[in-house]
Amino acid sequence: MSWVEASGTTIEEARQEALELLGAASEEVELEILDSGSKGFLGIIGNKLARVRARLKPAPAQVIKEFLTQVVQAIGLDVSFQVKPEEERWRVEFEGRDVRILIGRRGETLNSLQLITSLAVNRCLDDKVRLIMDAEGYRDRREETLQRLAKRLTERVRRTRQEVVLEPMTPNERRVIHMTLQDDPWVETCSTGEEPYRKVVISPRRKGERH
Amino acid sequence: MKELVELLAKALVDNPEAVAVHTQEDDSGVTIELRVANEDMGKIIGKQGKIARAIRTLAKARGAKTGKRVSVEIQP
Repeated sequence: MSWVEASGTTIEEARQEALELLGAASEEVELEILDSGSKGFLGIIGNKLARVRARLKPAPAQVIKEFLTQVVQAIGLDVSFQVKPEEERWRVEFEGRDVRILIGRRGETLNSLQLITSLAVNRCLDDKVRLIMDAEGYRDRREETLQRLAKRLTERVRRTRQEVVLEPMTPNERRVIHMTLQDDPWVETCSTGEEPYRKVVISPRRKGERH
Repeated sequence: MKELVELLAKALVDNPEAVAVHTQEDDSGVTIELRVANEDMGKIIGKQGKIARAIRTLAKARGAKTGKRVSVEIQP
């Protein structure tokens, strides 16, 4: 996005001029004061105009689109995507022939792309944005799988009275397990280990600790 | 492969001009050597190697697409 320069007898005048040049409202632009100007001596000698420069703030959707288009092409994936605004975050939805490669084993590739895209676009934007990426309903399917897994393992813990340690999961995935079992009268959950190998443990609820 | 790693690295660091990527290919697959400015190492590796792992995962996706085994080495 390129800068435009504008000047006026006051900063306010220069600012108005810049907004007019860009054809934008003030919340859509970023503005820098280059020279605050001066009235000069007796308003005659040494008059200096106030000068500002301004440009349109990069729009998140555009920055996300540009970066992802390049990455998808560099990986060589046959997928298309849409960027949609949500409350307090942006949702990117992928579809196409290569979504399985894009998702990767247990969502590993999709999560990696989400992390790197989030870091990369936030470097270009003034206001921090949050990103969530999904591909053909993967996130919902994964959540259902985890809920079923949690319930199945709960049965095992009840039967054997032995705790079960799950495989390493992302914070979001662990949250799904904790939430699924939070009101279960028979088992309790906790997390153990360090990222990225942090795991959920499901153990028999100790007597007297029912809530 | 080179393009991908270069694109990701340059988007994450403060000194994109210092990003250098070399690839070596042999029977066992592709080895990618990524160099960034010293001060950018943290931005490329991340907490507990989180960002480095994400870069490797995406490079492997590219490898899966082309049928090659990929490893990424990161050096200052």
